Amino acid sequence: MSAADGLRISGLTLELRGQRILDGVDLVAPAGQVTGLAGESGSGKTVTGMTVLGLPPAGSVVGGSIEYGGTDLLRLSARQHNALRGDQLAMVFQDPTASLHPMISVGGQLTDHIRHHLHLNRAQARARALEVLEQVRVPEPAQALRKYPHEFSGGQLQRIAIGIAIACRPSVLVADEPTTALDVTVQAGVMRLLRDLCDDLGLAVLLITHDLAVMSSMADTIVVMRHGRVVESGSRYDVIRSPQHPYTRDLVEALPDHRPGPTRSGGQS
Amino acid sequence: MAGELVFDDVTVRYTRPGRPAVTAVDGAGFTVRPGEVVGLVGESGCGKSTLAKLACGLVPLAGGRVTFDGTPVTPHGLRKRAPRLLRLQMVFQNPYASLNPRRRIAAQLEDARAIHPGSPAPVAELLAGVGLDPALSSRYPHQFSGGQRQRIAIARAMATGPDLLIGDEPIASLDASLQAQVATLMRDVALASDTSLLFISHDLSVVRLIADRVVVMRAGRVVEEGPTEQVWSAPQAAYTQRLLAAIPRADGLGTIPDVAPA
Repeated sequence: MSAADGLRISGLTLELRGQRILDGVDLVAPAGQVTGLAGESGSGKTVTGMTVLGLPPAGSVVGGSIEYGGTDLLRLSARQHNALRGDQLAMVFQDPTASLHPMISVGGQLTDHIRHHLHLNRAQARARALEVLEQVRVPEPAQALRKYPHEFSGGQLQRIAIGIAIACRPSVLVADEPTTALDVTVQAGVMRLLRDLCDDLGLAVLLITHDLAVMSSMADTIVVMRHGRVVESGSRYDVIRSPQHPYTRDLVEALPDHRPGPTRSGGQS
Repeated sequence: MAGELVFDDVTVRYTRPGRPAVTAVDGAGFTVRPGEVVGLVGESGCGKSTLAKLACGLVPLAGGRVTFDGTPVTPHGLRKRAPRLLRLQMVFQNPYASLNPRRRIAAQLEDARAIHPGSPAPVAELLAGVGLDPALSSRYPHQFSGGQRQRIAIARAMATGPDLLIGDEPIASLDASLQAQVATLMRDVALASDTSLLFISHDLSVVRLIADRVVVMRAGRVVEEGPTEQVWSAPQAAYTQRLLAAIPRADGLGTIPDVAPA
């Protein structure tokens, strides 16, 4: 398996203080596809993503394998994993205000990151930063480089965070609830952006979200987790339209779209 | 039947030291009629939560009038709220912050029962009413899940026998599979006791499930108001149309909503 093939997670287990958090997770996240990881809080979807990034919870015992580009990520030393993270393995989280430094300009954060991983000089790094901001469709990228995070809206900040993630041309992107904090109109734009980046750059995107509607819009395949196990996986159409596992069926039925509106129309006055 | 809340051309400004004031609500007006379930929707910063705070006197008015059953709602002082205004109760977004972590939930429900002007329902009945086992009443808030805590907050609000219940994003911090459930529960308990409900949310697809009427706000103003099905299936304002078009559908078809930037 080469880097262009994406990720293959097999039999991933994780134990923390004697408790089994992940219990044999198998999933494949191919390049050029969005693989959705669904489930409720505590199902283990975020822990799975963090383990891919080499950041499992402190004190946890991890088993199984995560194959990427011919190597098992779980066999890497912390130093080797650090070199991959932010370079080959990128990440985007829910709250961009927490992932960006409030007191360093956007340009500063982008170029620091780019210079650290790609070993470019200042001018080259700046050129790449500009290119990246254009790619994530931040308006007026040259001015944006000089601004600080507080000068942007939540949607723009998330675009910038995505820009930092793709700046070093990664092959895997772990996106943990990337649109959950955004308003629906802004969410639509960020979903479009992530999907286009996945298609254009051939990224293997691991999309972690509890929102099945977002999943249904963006993911090619959906993997449903519960209690640290994969209960169902398949194409987005099959999983949403004809869920096999009772838990998936419950999740789909809990969607507001699947229920009738109120029976009483108009108020009584 | 009581429980009428009227916002009449209200304006709220937040002053910031050394910086220009922000007009959070800019001449908004609508009415929650007795026994009615009204959904107030809009995106972050549109002023919907400010309206909720206004209704219970947590922010001062810069213009217009807010009346609850004919009584003007005035900002809180240091004393108790006027008995009339206790007939209006609130459920907040985060029940962990609104419940006292160091008191058993039975005691907290008892406090609320004391406000009831008539004969309040017993604690066991209140808990059963929101789908919780009455045997759990001796527990503390941390011993419940997020969804259960929000049910407790709803039971506490209902224990006072309110005429109007306001939910300010009451489902935003819950798991997706619980959101529709808790929203429907709020509608059911409100209707069962002839309480009006003002349900504030950014999620139009959940509001649609429970509201009789929907009010859409943008930038401090009401841009559209009408019966839920009408707003949902034939939105008039361009902004509402955009808002509806942006909601992703869980249809398995892989269509990303196409929304032109504002």
